[in-house]
Amino acid sequence: MAGLATTFGSGAMTNSINEIEESQVILVSGSNTTEAHPQVARRILDAVDRGAKLIVIDPRRTRLSECAHIHLDLKPGTDIPLLNVMMRIILDESLVDDLFIEMRTENYNELRDMLYRLDLEETAALTGVPLKKISEAAQMYARAQKAVICYCLGITQHICGTKNVQSIANLAMMTGNVEKEDTGVDPLRGQNNVQGACDMGALPNVYPSYQAVNNQDFQEKFARAWGTELSPEPGLSLLDMTHSGKNGPLKAMFIMGENPALSDPVLETVNETLANLEFLAVADIFLTDTARLANVVLPAASFAEKTGTFTNSERRVQMVRQVIPPLAGCRTDSDIIMELARRLDYPMNYESPAEVMEEIAMLAPIYGGMYHERLENCWGLQWPCWDRDHPGTPFLHKYYFTRGHGRFVPSSHQPPSEPVDEQYPFLLMTGRIYHQYHTGTMTRRSPTLNREADKALLQINRHDAEGLKIKNGEMVEMTSRRGTIRLSAEVGSEVPAGTVYTTFHYPDVPVNLLCIGARDPLANCPEYKICAVKIEAAKSKK
Amino acid sequence: MRDILTTCVYCGCGCGIYLHEEKGRVTGSSPSRNHPVSRGNLCVKGWHLHEFVHHPDRLTQPLIRKKGRLVPVGWEEALEYTARELGRIRDETGSKGIGVLSSAKCTNEENYLLQKFTRAVLKTNNIDHCARL
Repeated sequence: MAGLATTFGSGAMTNSINEIEESQVILVSGSNTTEAHPQVARRILDAVDRGAKLIVIDPRRTRLSECAHIHLDLKPGTDIPLLNVMMRIILDESLVDDLFIEMRTENYNELRDMLYRLDLEETAALTGVPLKKISEAAQMYARAQKAVICYCLGITQHICGTKNVQSIANLAMMTGNVEKEDTGVDPLRGQNNVQGACDMGALPNVYPSYQAVNNQDFQEKFARAWGTELSPEPGLSLLDMTHSGKNGPLKAMFIMGENPALSDPVLETVNETLANLEFLAVADIFLTDTARLANVVLPAASFAEKTGTFTNSERRVQMVRQVIPPLAGCRTDSDIIMELARRLDYPMNYESPAEVMEEIAMLAPIYGGMYHERLENCWGLQWPCWDRDHPGTPFLHKYYFTRGHGRFVPSSHQPPSEPVDEQYPFLLMTGRIYHQYHTGTMTRRSPTLNREADKALLQINRHDAEGLKIKNGEMVEMTSRRGTIRLSAEVGSEVPAGTVYTTFHYPDVPVNLLCIGARDPLANCPEYKICAVKIEAAKSKK
Repeated sequence: MRDILTTCVYCGCGCGIYLHEEKGRVTGSSPSRNHPVSRGNLCVKGWHLHEFVHHPDRLTQPLIRKKGRLVPVGWEEALEYTARELGRIRDETGSKGIGVLSSAKCTNEENYLLQKFTRAVLKTNNIDHCARL
């Protein structure tokens, strides 16, 4: 989220999900929306039914790309050149929103100068998409009164993820497509409460509501509220922790409801790190691959067994209600944390999650008006919600950007950190499918979902499969510089020649074993979307 | 049978879902008709949201590693051991030696408490979650 935070000031969807259906042009980039965000896809398809134009930027053929008016099937990892070409065309066609740029933004000249230096033909050639097609898309987007851009991990999970996002923000600001209803930039969040976990300060550099830990005022505020001294030093990010290796700085870890032993890239290093800790405690509802490595495993309660709130992708804070008490022998995570705190001489005595929320409202300005008794009686509230009377905010940046002026941050092409070569001739991309979710801890234990999609498939282009003499459904071995996995081939035309695609939902096919540790320097987001692999028919047929 | 309105735990759409409760068990899921996101509609994961809740693989007893194997113990022993080890490592090797991972699956309140615990009790800012995965 560093990308939007540096340009707009808030790393979150600027619109509400329902606004998408009122938009005139929808540009979807790096999101397999129909499978990963079905409700958003529904709004997009409804909008198309009503006459909206759809542009899809994706190297693969997806269900959404088949409904698109223009499908820009770029080469993986060439988002920046593609967006730069679009912006240059908008500039050449005089479709720039000068008034918006003048009133609401800064640093535009730097972007304009960079665009003027661009060789259009050459840059377009990098993407593999014909210049004419890019030009049509650019004009379609820029001429719209109301246009939204939806993007997802296909944009962020690159070594240049932050720059990709900044380029998207440049495109939106240059055409004045922010600040209005039905118009904006919408990162789709993959997890039910990833927005909330960020808002709550489960991040190494900020307290709740994005108040920096190294800012003395904020630090004093929280130290006073919590009655204790606090460290002014930003902490380690997830990958700094899980990739610190045998001699890393960590001696102990406490992991609540996460499964880094399957979800993080270069699993070998992650496992080595976890196995070499002096002490590892895991709280989870199932014995995940991470829990198997622990010294202590604490059985937690599932979402049906507790009360609290989740914050969805459109910043809507909604109630989670207890349906049944925790299963016999399980405890809620709040209960576990409070018990541990008490034993470490820092009593946390909250009567209920509602009381925790009152403390949050006091300390986190964007949650200032979020109280359970309010949330109980409505469909949730969208932050920022400054006080008890505030109605919430359906779309952001009206009148001014969160950071004051929107900032243009120009970027140029950065090739993927692991290009293909003779030995590893295929680009591997990873993602999600409709019937499964993340590391499969829950969906793999849901009989109906598992029946629909019970094994990992490797999408491979028909021509490549012919060349390698691989038939549909056959087992193949996929090898990168870091490891080998076996899975069945799904031969077709979803992926272009030279690329393959699979999911990371299956513990028995841990694709993250193959992925690289390279990551975006600002957001620390790993480059899941691209690494070089080779494919062979499996030797022993199983 | 009772129907209780709650929020889905899968993707970031945040659909409103009724969970059906019968005799202490969660037995079904159905969409909320008036909810602004779900509008009476769910994806296949939402319709089957209840299925993992009572799965036999659910952990129902704390486990502690003894002689290389995870063995069931009581809550008291597990919490005491966890608190003692975290406290010992904090005091002996310093706060920088402890890392905490919170969860995008847990509630806001739980995330708040865990980051408070990490910062106020363990005295470190080493806390993160899988926002980027």
